[in-house]
Parts: sequence; C-alpha cells; structure tokens
Amino acid sequence: MKITTDNIDDFATGATVLGTGGGGDPYIGKLMAQQAIEEHGPVDLIDPRDVPDDALVIPSAMLGAPTVMVEKMPKGTEALSAFEALETHLGQEAYATMSIEAGGLNSTVPIAVAAALGLPLVDADGMGRAFPEVQMVTLTMGGVSATPMSIADEKGNSLLVNTVSNEYAEAFARVTSIEMGGACMIGTYALSGAEVREHAILDSMSLAHDIGEAIRTAKHHSRDPVESVLDLTDGYELFAGKITDVERRTEGGFAVGEATLDGIDDCEGRTFTLDFQNENLVARDSERGVVASTPDLITVLDAETGDPVTTERLAYGHRVRVIGMPCSPKWRTDEGLGLVGPGYFDYSIDYEPIETLQQPKHD
Amino acid sequence: MTDYRIGIDVGGTNTDAVVMDGDDNLLAKTKTPTTEDITSGILSALDVVLDDSGVSEDELDYVMLGTTHATNAITERRGLNEVGVIRIGAPATQSIRPLLEWPDDLAAAIGNNVAILDGGHEFDGRLLNDLDEEQVRAQIREFADVDAFAVTSVFSPVRDDHETRVAELIREEVGDDVPISVSNEIGSVGLLERENATALNAALTSVASEAANAFVEAMDERGIDANLYFGQNDGTLMSVDYAIRYPIFTVASGPSNSVRGAAYLSAVENGIIVDVGGTTTDVGAVTEGFPRESSVAVEIGEVKTNFRMPDIIAIGIGGGSIVSTDDGVTVGPQSVGYKLTEEAKCFGGETLTATDLEVAAGTIDIGSETPDVDAEIVEAAREYVRERVEREVDRMKTSAEPVPVVIVGGGSILVPDDIAGASEVHKPDHYEVANAVGVAIAQVSGEVDRIYSLDEMDREEAIQHAKDEATDNALAAGADADSVDIVDVEEVPLSYLPGNAVRIKVKAAGALDH
Repeated sequence: MKITTDNIDDFATGATVLGTGGGGDPYIGKLMAQQAIEEHGPVDLIDPRDVPDDALVIPSAMLGAPTVMVEKMPKGTEALSAFEALETHLGQEAYATMSIEAGGLNSTVPIAVAAALGLPLVDADGMGRAFPEVQMVTLTMGGVSATPMSIADEKGNSLLVNTVSNEYAEAFARVTSIEMGGACMIGTYALSGAEVREHAILDSMSLAHDIGEAIRTAKHHSRDPVESVLDLTDGYELFAGKITDVERRTEGGFAVGEATLDGIDDCEGRTFTLDFQNENLVARDSERGVVASTPDLITVLDAETGDPVTTERLAYGHRVRVIGMPCSPKWRTDEGLGLVGPGYFDYSIDYEPIETLQQPKHD
Repeated sequence: MTDYRIGIDVGGTNTDAVVMDGDDNLLAKTKTPTTEDITSGILSALDVVLDDSGVSEDELDYVMLGTTHATNAITERRGLNEVGVIRIGAPATQSIRPLLEWPDDLAAAIGNNVAILDGGHEFDGRLLNDLDEEQVRAQIREFADVDAFAVTSVFSPVRDDHETRVAELIREEVGDDVPISVSNEIGSVGLLERENATALNAALTSVASEAANAFVEAMDERGIDANLYFGQNDGTLMSVDYAIRYPIFTVASGPSNSVRGAAYLSAVENGIIVDVGGTTTDVGAVTEGFPRESSVAVEIGEVKTNFRMPDIIAIGIGGGSIVSTDDGVTVGPQSVGYKLTEEAKCFGGETLTATDLEVAAGTIDIGSETPDVDAEIVEAAREYVRERVEREVDRMKTSAEPVPVVIVGGGSILVPDDIAGASEVHKPDHYEVANAVGVAIAQVSGEVDRIYSLDEMDREEAIQHAKDEATDNALAAGADADSVDIVDVEEVPLSYLPGNAVRIKVKAAGALDH
C-alpha cells in the first residue's frame, strides 16, 4: 500500500495504541511524515516477503529526550548522511528503511526518512510495540547487531559506532545524543531481507494503520471502537474503570508510576492497577491478580472515543477501558523475557501469556 | 475611600455588569442581551447599573471588561492580521514548517508567510547556530507588507536573546508601528505549540486594538475617566496597552472570570465551579482562588497551542437546551440559544427547553405561560442533568476526596443541590452575574515559565530569579508594589537531560495600583 497524507493520521493513531502508553509523541513523527510526503510523494509500504534475501534494509529512528524532541525537531535530511555513511561502510546500497518500533513516535519518523530518501518502507519492525531502549528488539535475539550504527545531527555531524553488544550501542547513542543537543537521528540494525523475515515482527505497520482506521471508522459509524481494536489484535478487554489515583516519579530517566482504577459498568466493585515505566508494563485486577504484563501489550483507551491515552495523560476521573494484546511469540522465549520481561523492569512476577491469564482459573 | 468600579462581561448571549465599591460590596447588577456591535450592549448595561447604584460616572475609578472578542475573531477568521512568521532554528526544525497542520483557511487568513532562519539554542543554553543578521534582514524586507510579526526561536524559554535580537532588527527595518510577538513571552517548551500561539497572538493585535479603542471611546462618550482593564484567562487583569500586545491571553477569559467570581461570592478558595449558561455549562476548578491551568495542549480554532489556559470542560447543557423525550428523557446538546424568548414554551414558543421544565415545576417564574409537563419528565430531566454534571465535576477533581462545589450562572436552577462527590454545594447570592463580579474583583498578575540549569546556579537562586521576574511582570501589568504576592511556584525536573535542567513556573499577583 501507499502511505499518503490522507492515511498518515491512521498510522499515528494505531502507533499510539501499539505504543502502550509510551514511545514518545507520534504527533511530531506524523507531521514530519506529512511534510516529507508533500515534498517527495507517497511512500511505498512493502511486504517483507517481497524483499530480496540479500537486500540491505536500514532501520531509522529518532533518539533523545522527549522535552528536546518537541522543541528541536530534525532538519529532515540527517538520515541522508547517516545512510550514506553506513552504505559506504557496508559496501552496499540501502534497499529500504524500516521502523525499529511500531509504537509511538518512531513508527512514523521512518516514513519521513523513506520519503526523503526515496526508499520504500518495509512493513515490519523490531518490537511490535514500544520499548525505551535500543537493545530491546527481537533483532537482538536473532544476533543482529545494532552496530555499525550511524548517529547524525542537524548540523551535519555524524558518527559511525561499533560496539561489542547492543547494550553498549544504547549507552553510546544516549551519550552522543546529549552532545548533539539532546536529540539525534540514528541508522541502526542494518539487516538483510532474509534477516527481516526471520527476526523482525512482520506486518506491524499495516496493523498500526488498520487499528487507526478501525478507531476512526467506528467513531464515524457509532460502533464500539474498542471491540474493533480487539478484533484486529486478538486482544482482551481487561477492565473498564475510572482513574482514581496516579502516582509518578522519575527514576533513571524513566517516568515511573502507578495508576489505580475503580470499576464501572461490568467491572463495578473491582479495582485495578496499572504499573508503568514510560510504557504500561503490569496490569492487576483486585480479584484476579496479574491479568497482563510486559512484553504483552497493555493500552488504555478513552471509554467513549476509543482514543489511546498515553501514560502522561492519565489523570484522576478519566473513564477508560484497558485492553491487553498478545505480543509476538518471539518475546515469549527465555531470551526475549530476559530483554523485556517483568524482571528486566524490576517487577518480581513471573511472566504468563495473556491468553493463559484470561482462562478461568481452577483450584 | 469609595473606589467604585464596574465589571462587565460580554458573553455570547448576555452582557452582564456589576458595580462594586472599594470594599467589594455589590451595589447593582444587570443582565442585558449582547449586541452585534458589542459597544451598545456594554453602554446599555453600564447605564442600568449606574442608575441602580446611584454611582455617578465621575466617581468610577476602574472599569474592567471581559470579552470573547479574540476567540470569535479566530473561529470566524475575521479581522485577522497578515503575519510574518519567522522561526529561528535552522538547520534544525526544517522537517516541520510553521503552520503545517493549521486548517488551510486559517493559514490563508494570516497570509501563509513563513520562514525558518539560522540560529537558536540547545536545551542547556549552548548555541545551536549563529543568528545570521543579514539573512534575517533580507527576510524582514521580503515580509515588508505584513501587518504583524511572530518570532519564535528554538529553546527561547531557556535563552531569549535571538528572539530579542530579531525583534530589534524588525524595528530597524520596518519601524516602530508594526506589532511584534515573541514566543518566549507567550508559550512554553514545545516549539510548534508555542509558535502557533505566537502566530495567533500576532494575528489578533489589530482586532484587539479595535476592540480596545471602541471600549475607550465608549467610556469617553459617557464621560468616564477611569482606569480601564481587560480580564485575562488566568483570572487576573491587564491594562489596555497590554491587552493590545497580548490579545491571545483574553481567550477563555469568560470561564476564568466565572471561576474567580464564584470563588469570591462563595468564599470557596479550593473546589469545583459549575457555570450554567444558556447553551453550555462550563466546569472548572479553583485553586487558592485562581482558575486551575490546563496541563495539556489546548486547541484554539483547531490549532494546538501551549500558552496557559484554564482547565475547563464544557458540556452541552444550559437554560436553552432542548428537552427530548423520544428515547428516554435527554437534555441538550441542541439548544434554542439566544432565541429562548421566542422558541421556549414558557414564552409562547413550540420548543420544550430545560427552562420550561423548571417553570412547569414552579421553581422559577419567567415568561408568559406555564407549560404543562409531567412531573416524571421534570424528575427524569433533572436526573439526566445531575448525572452529566456529576461526571464532569468528578473529572475536574484531582483525587477522590469530596470537595466544595459552587454553582453559578443564569441557568443554576437546572442543577440540583445534592451533587455526588461534593462536600458541600453553594449557590451564592448574585450567582447569575458571577462572571462580571469575577472581572470586577480581579487582581493583576505576572508570570514566568523558564528552564534553568542547576549546574550554573543553585535551586534557591533559580527560584528567586523566577520570582523576581514574575514580580517585575506583575508590576509592569499595573500591580501595586506593596501588594504583590507570589501565588504559585511549580518546579518540574526534566527527565533524560543532564545539567540538572528544571522547569520553574512562578505567578505573582497583586491589587491594582491606585
């Protein structure tokens, strides 16, 4: 399909749902994509199955502090030099670009990069959702290296970084972004078409589009937008409630907190808590205990409009419906859970798939 | 000491006015229909209250006006300036040009003149790029025909020198007459939203100056030689000169005036205010006597902005709301609006309105007829209104603790006295003119919203610096030096950034300088 200025809003809405409360403000990415498409024309979203085995795909992303990214937006051509540097280093021309996370800001930034470079965008990503750190991608488990990584700023500075692990890539990129004024563009996880098919999460961009489209059309036809999202994602409605308390603090760069909900409608009489660190990570029901946890997706939707609500916007009195969606099976391996399971974020719970948690429990 | 003053609130339906004395006693009040030219409505309200109070024109010390003029100009795209929108920040920020997401007709109405030029700073005050003065001058000459300029520089809430310099260059190139709006005086961090607010402000300066001149002339016509002030949306006042320079701050001043007035009339300093008008009910929060600010970007005319706005939820229920009994009993959001006196049944019309129900129930006595309505329908409609209001009151609260609720506005009778979640419900005297009271008792304020690096100064110094600047701003707006107090200090550490960056917001307010 083509990504145009007419359907970019749907991608952004769906990306916010897959952003599970975090992932940065997709508004900036959406506007970047809109301008780039106006200037360079629509972007081809291509099926990962159609990418030649040995073709070079370079995912792109914006990295930095949210406060900076909303004040100092990119020049728009940073990726040009970053990609050129990588192409020279790897001795191969890029065939396409890709999103590294299907949720939040970085789902739509690569659309702008694709338009500016005249490249197609592969319908896949490295998370199927949003996570805060560079190494938190299924590609890490597949042995794909985040480096050589190119890091570029708007002034024309660029670095080519080689590291021994993807965790080091995260560390160096973060430090460099500060030197570059708190925000930069990166080209990372250069991979072949074969590796995309084997290690990435496929069809996630079109899923984002379909989710956004479903919410928009459901609202238009007065249907239940939440049901439409659940149909598309094999998800579950976890709770319907009113937010009664939100606690927040900043820890190690993360916006950490906990929201408490009182049940409404069918959930009346129960309470519910939501733990978040940028993204929503653990959901608990007063009667049933943990009902979903990372890496499964937990998203808060406005009870009336179905619009996704980010963790920054959670506030007392908001009527919401919380949904849970199964993550990619790739995340459910020991290695995957080591990267992004509850333990990595310091929750002392064992991960159980949302489908299991949704089964009635027997003694 | 008399210190008589008049507060006037020009709403969409009614123009309300009150006369108060120096001890804030209300001497007279009136509600008159808003007129198309606004001024004649103001003058007739003025005549009524002066007559009723026995206060003469030359005894008036202050006249305060609350108006929705600026908001209407934006929504109707009427009388807007052609604006030269200059952003300083290249090579950064070029991936999203100014006005990109504006509705086409609004962007066209201000002329679509945009430029992104070299300069700006980083989050910690480092230079992003040098300002190229020749490039700036050339751009100003290209925009020579615009009516106003809007200047925004990257991270100007941290360092404003590039914005200041560009304003000087505009003066040098095109003279002193063209209004210039600079973004650090208007919005906070978040470039696009701040730039939008600055461009809207620049677009409004002519409309504001016309409205201000009409106001001044109207006072002259009545021989009133009083100090004139406009109500702004934080519930404080600004001088006429200030209102012409910062018209954007009058947007949503109406609900803010109601919040202030309701707090004053009920003596509730912290709680929820419900203002029931003709077509809508505004629900807002009062914190230490002032309207609570919204923490999220607020759209004006479909444009996202980030300047301070009151946290208000409007629901489509008011005295003119149409009552439907088709599918259960519902009230609004359709309304007969200003045609209440033609279309409502109690005035001999054909439409069943919320007002008719109360007339039928005998709680109010207006109009020429008493409509025949089942008591059950009245009860069901009241229940409907109660549920809607309760829900919004709850959303306005910041915790589950019960809080005082104050109900004001012409349609107050529609809202029952027992509201879930309320510790007490007030319907104070003079509730129907709370907005005019709010503007009459208002103070003047000054504020500052800046990012400080605590590597360069300690926390105490930074807060003191912000307090001094807010106080200076309050004095500049006309506050009496002896009465200025710091009314709010907010400190937000910025995540992911080194240098101990912290955002500090301070508001100072004081009585009018006599």
